[in-house]
Amino acid sequence: MTIITRRQALIGGLTGSGLLLSGCSKIFHADALTDSESFQRVLAVAQGWTRATQRFLLAGGQMARQYKPSDISPYFKPNGTFRPGGTYYGRQAAANFVNWRLRIDGMVAHPLSLSIADLRRLPARSQITRHDCVEGWSAIGGWTGVPLSLLLTAAGIRAAAKYVVFYCADNLGGDPAKGGDQSLGQYYESIGLADAYHPQTLIAYDMNGKPLDVPHGAPLRLRVERQLGYKQAKYIQRIQLVSDFRGISGGNGGYWEDRGYDWYAGI
Amino acid sequence: MSTPPAEAVPETDKRGARQRREVIHRHTWPVRLTHWINALTIFIMIGSGLNILNAHPRLYWGQAGADLDKPFLALRAWPDWMTIPSYMDLADARHWHFFFAWILLVNGALYQAWSLASRHLQRNLWPTGTDLRAIPRSIIDHLKLRHPKGEAAKRYNVLQRLAYLGLVILVIGMVLTGLSMSPGLDAFAPWLVVVLGGRQSARTLHFLFASAIVLFIAIHLIEVVLAGPFNELRSMITGRYAVPPEHD
Repeated sequence: MTIITRRQALIGGLTGSGLLLSGCSKIFHADALTDSESFQRVLAVAQGWTRATQRFLLAGGQMARQYKPSDISPYFKPNGTFRPGGTYYGRQAAANFVNWRLRIDGMVAHPLSLSIADLRRLPARSQITRHDCVEGWSAIGGWTGVPLSLLLTAAGIRAAAKYVVFYCADNLGGDPAKGGDQSLGQYYESIGLADAYHPQTLIAYDMNGKPLDVPHGAPLRLRVERQLGYKQAKYIQRIQLVSDFRGISGGNGGYWEDRGYDWYAGI
Repeated sequence: MSTPPAEAVPETDKRGARQRREVIHRHTWPVRLTHWINALTIFIMIGSGLNILNAHPRLYWGQAGADLDKPFLALRAWPDWMTIPSYMDLADARHWHFFFAWILLVNGALYQAWSLASRHLQRNLWPTGTDLRAIPRSIIDHLKLRHPKGEAAKRYNVLQRLAYLGLVILVIGMVLTGLSMSPGLDAFAPWLVVVLGGRQSARTLHFLFASAIVLFIAIHLIEVVLAGPFNELRSMITGRYAVPPEHD
């Protein structure tokens, strides 16, 4: 029988664990698997399980936790676009967004076009919530805006409508240092009707009691509190009701979704 | 050491002893199957988890925390040979992580259910009073790299029991802290985030628990090599385990 000395054992054990914990990608050909479309389809199955589970657990319309004013983060990190480019947004911002219009169209009975002043006259809701970025950080902020459900009811959505798509004024080209596909494109997002009609889902115009500033999405942004930060579309110009988002842009329901991120961002 | 059990090999004939070494069926198939699924899964969870962490390698305590907040722990980016995939890609790393999170959850739940129903947990993992009293002795034995032989080698020693139970608790901790980072689950079970001290605390604990699991894996592998890697590996693959003779 082989006699294993302490030294050999320790070296063996450490090398073994070192090998196992190193070269992850090499051992599993993880990079090749990641690049393989069929493997990605296998991994994507889990997104469906997660969405179905969360839909089931949140069928009661549970509310995201609301915080006290003293919990508000002193500095709320902006992310994505800090200031949309182009002369159109610049002119609007210079005029304090008095000419900004929010269009609501698509599968609705009465398409709407509303100014910020129109929106401010509608019943409002305020909430202090935690914003969770997909990158891992969180910040707490106070939001005031019109519940999206009010706008959808006013527009009268058609029975076949299933998704609400938000079109933004910014062309985002991400930060290549962050890795992944960061290619330039118009920012947009979409949510399902269950989230759209949730009482905490707002078209927000105020943050922490003041009109939204440019880095945080002036003049209008979405708050959909039970999902991650990239769903909280900023600089919203248009809301479209659709039965299917496959024909829009990359076809995955959002700027980041077209770059590999999950459409359902509840985790 | 207690009196040699009846099956013990006579100490006079070492050659004969080798031939007559007692072989037992050590690990049942549910343990072996869930062990290897768990090993593969945890390995992928660590690699993909480090890739996800690289998107923001700073940890905080409390509900919120971002770049300008005081970190609990400011880490550097993990090197590409440790991460899955090797290049930085949060979207892909999340796909790996959440697919295998489901495997981990289902595999762990099946193991737990079987372990309780078959009394594996109660019989083989839960330390007895005698076990607990033997902790100091067992620590010394482990430090001297002396491994149980004969009858004593047929059961888990107290440090093994505590380590395996600890791993079960750590994995449950990983699942709970992982779920607490989900804004959807937080709306469903806000109490869980409160218990864990906030979302960013949960994220920090997720990392600390994972570090403890890495430490477990390192010690586990060293012990496997010390105790005889061929015999140990075979027992976890086929179940057959040659009991180290009392006198060798």
